[in-house]
Amino acid sequence: MSLILWIPLVGPLALAGLSLLLGTSALRRFVGVAASSAVLISGLLLVSAVLNGAVPESGGGMLRADALSAYMISVVGAVGLISTWGGLSSAASSRTKDAASYEALIALFLAAMSLAVLADSIGLMWAAVEATTIATAFLVGHHRTGRSLEAAWKYVILGSVGVAIALLGIGFIYAASVSTDTPTLSWLLLSQSDLGLDPALITAGGALAVLGFATKAGLAPMHSWLPDAHSQAPAPVSGLMSGVLLSVALYAILRIQSITNLVIGPEFLRIMLSVGGLLSLLVAASLLIRQRDYKRMLAYSSIEHMGLMAIGVAIGPAALPSVLLYVLGHGLIKATLFVISGRILKVEGTPVISDVRALLVRRPGLAVPWLIAMAAIVGFPPFSIFFSEVGIIMAGWSVGLGGVVGAALVLLLVIFAAFTRLTVQMTLGAPPVGLAFTPDYSAHGPRLPIFLALATTATVAFVAEPVGTLLLQATAVLGGTN
Amino acid sequence: MFENIYPQLIGLCAGALLLTSALMVWRHSLLASIRLLALQGIALAALVAVIGIAEGESELVIVSLLILSVKGIGLPWVLAHQSKASIKQIQESPRLNPTAALLTVTVLTILSYIVVSRVFGLGDSSTGHAAPIGLAMVLIGFLLLISRRRARSQLIGFLVLDNGIATITFLTSGGVPILLEFAFSLDVLLVVLILHVFAGRMRTKFGGTAVDQLRELHD
Repeated sequence: MSLILWIPLVGPLALAGLSLLLGTSALRRFVGVAASSAVLISGLLLVSAVLNGAVPESGGGMLRADALSAYMISVVGAVGLISTWGGLSSAASSRTKDAASYEALIALFLAAMSLAVLADSIGLMWAAVEATTIATAFLVGHHRTGRSLEAAWKYVILGSVGVAIALLGIGFIYAASVSTDTPTLSWLLLSQSDLGLDPALITAGGALAVLGFATKAGLAPMHSWLPDAHSQAPAPVSGLMSGVLLSVALYAILRIQSITNLVIGPEFLRIMLSVGGLLSLLVAASLLIRQRDYKRMLAYSSIEHMGLMAIGVAIGPAALPSVLLYVLGHGLIKATLFVISGRILKVEGTPVISDVRALLVRRPGLAVPWLIAMAAIVGFPPFSIFFSEVGIIMAGWSVGLGGVVGAALVLLLVIFAAFTRLTVQMTLGAPPVGLAFTPDYSAHGPRLPIFLALATTATVAFVAEPVGTLLLQATAVLGGTN
Repeated sequence: MFENIYPQLIGLCAGALLLTSALMVWRHSLLASIRLLALQGIALAALVAVIGIAEGESELVIVSLLILSVKGIGLPWVLAHQSKASIKQIQESPRLNPTAALLTVTVLTILSYIVVSRVFGLGDSSTGHAAPIGLAMVLIGFLLLISRRRARSQLIGFLVLDNGIATITFLTSGGVPILLEFAFSLDVLLVVLILHVFAGRMRTKFGGTAVDQLRELHD
């Protein structure tokens, strides 16, 4: 059983090596899909093990999959599969040397995210999160234009400085554990209640670690790298970064929170995360109203959703099942949207919203899935994002954070209006008079991943067994009994 | 014998760390900054070695060798890896003049002493007394990151920040487990290599490495 823990790490690494060795074979384009599948399958196996009451461990307790880790690794695999499969490159373009390093980096990126969610030591988790920055740096700059270079520079500088601050925080947490009997960075040991950790060090350490990982999660006011990086990267990379890398950083915040909660109580981080969450919603709302670029629009939407998730984390155990469901729903839908946006960019040749008009009449093959996914991202039922948002808001009300969720609700309405306006601008309306065209029913890429992502998000909220059980178990892992 | 000079050695190393950081803010030549960075790496390695010998931990001595090779030799070599003639001419034109910058360094150092003594208490160990130096280095690193315009000068700011974090970690907890220390060093090394490659691409793309030119993406 413990061998499964190594598959999401070793599998993608082997595939990365294979991609570099394949020469000019067109088989290379399936490397990303194969790596995601390996992660997804091992994630599902771990979930079934966890549901049977096991907690797989390996490497002397270095790797560990409790309910939360098993769930997160499945999300990484699922979102990875949608992004890489949906953004499958053509056979011709996958023969180049550039494609070799591209596919290899995608596989490394998946392995780094898997390590981040499987590591028991928060130090190892930190190193894995930093490794995701390293793996994605060249992916963001993949197009080698001036703009993508600018985005990549900002991303690496801000990302590594943020994560360096998190390292300082982890250093303080370790310093707190040095004065006890067992110096450790193991998350499992640190979250035991009777260690007697020094509250001052844990406060400083927790605050810095959360601040650092919040930079990586794209929370305002440390979000400025996100719209640039997510809009300049190739579509599958944007899907992976927006859909799941941000959530992996949120996962790190959850782990840190469970340590600080035991020592100093939930109030301190609650204030920090509520402020960060509301600021993110505010930034997203104000910049979405006048947005002109549809890939940047999706990036700001990620800031919005991460903000609401951060508010959910601030609320605590009552909202955590909704937050975790949110991670899956947002990941799948955002990956779908980025994949479709990549196809629109390819056929229309412009990222500007006002240049893409009447898409529903001209290219129904792209516009129909785009409209459905847009409906899902702004929170229409039956898609699971709706239930997550409602769950977070209700939980906020019940624990006395009515003011925070009330303000969030107002900002969500503004964002809803902005999104609707931009989507209508792109899709509806009549094409210019006198322009001859034939309706284009082609999806310009595989249809199945998009269908799977939409179908999963539409149904997952109604599956109490095993999804609901798993989410409750994952919440219990974080010290909440709900 | 060693007990007597131990506090002095800690003080000496910490002083060298702070001095090199302050000098980096003062000097505008890229080559001088890189040399100071190498000195800082050596001082950090010495600090770790002193702590290791004092506590009798051979693991820390190995870590100090690792730091010496990565931060004292490896990274400065990567940064200076360009023809000597051209690198000598590279002058930074920072947003702050030297006087204002050095004044800011003083304020930041005082600030970090106040913060550390208020939040944690300085304690009575010699390492505890030196801990504010690490925080001052982190803040000076931020200052360099914000005030410098060239890609590689910003990179040096990032490295000072990182050295500061390492200083704090070693002074407060005697360093993290050695396996993680390897992972951290590797991560920093790779980030610097990546940024170095990007700086090279910027030079070919824009004909210079002034980060000010990166203004195309905005809302």
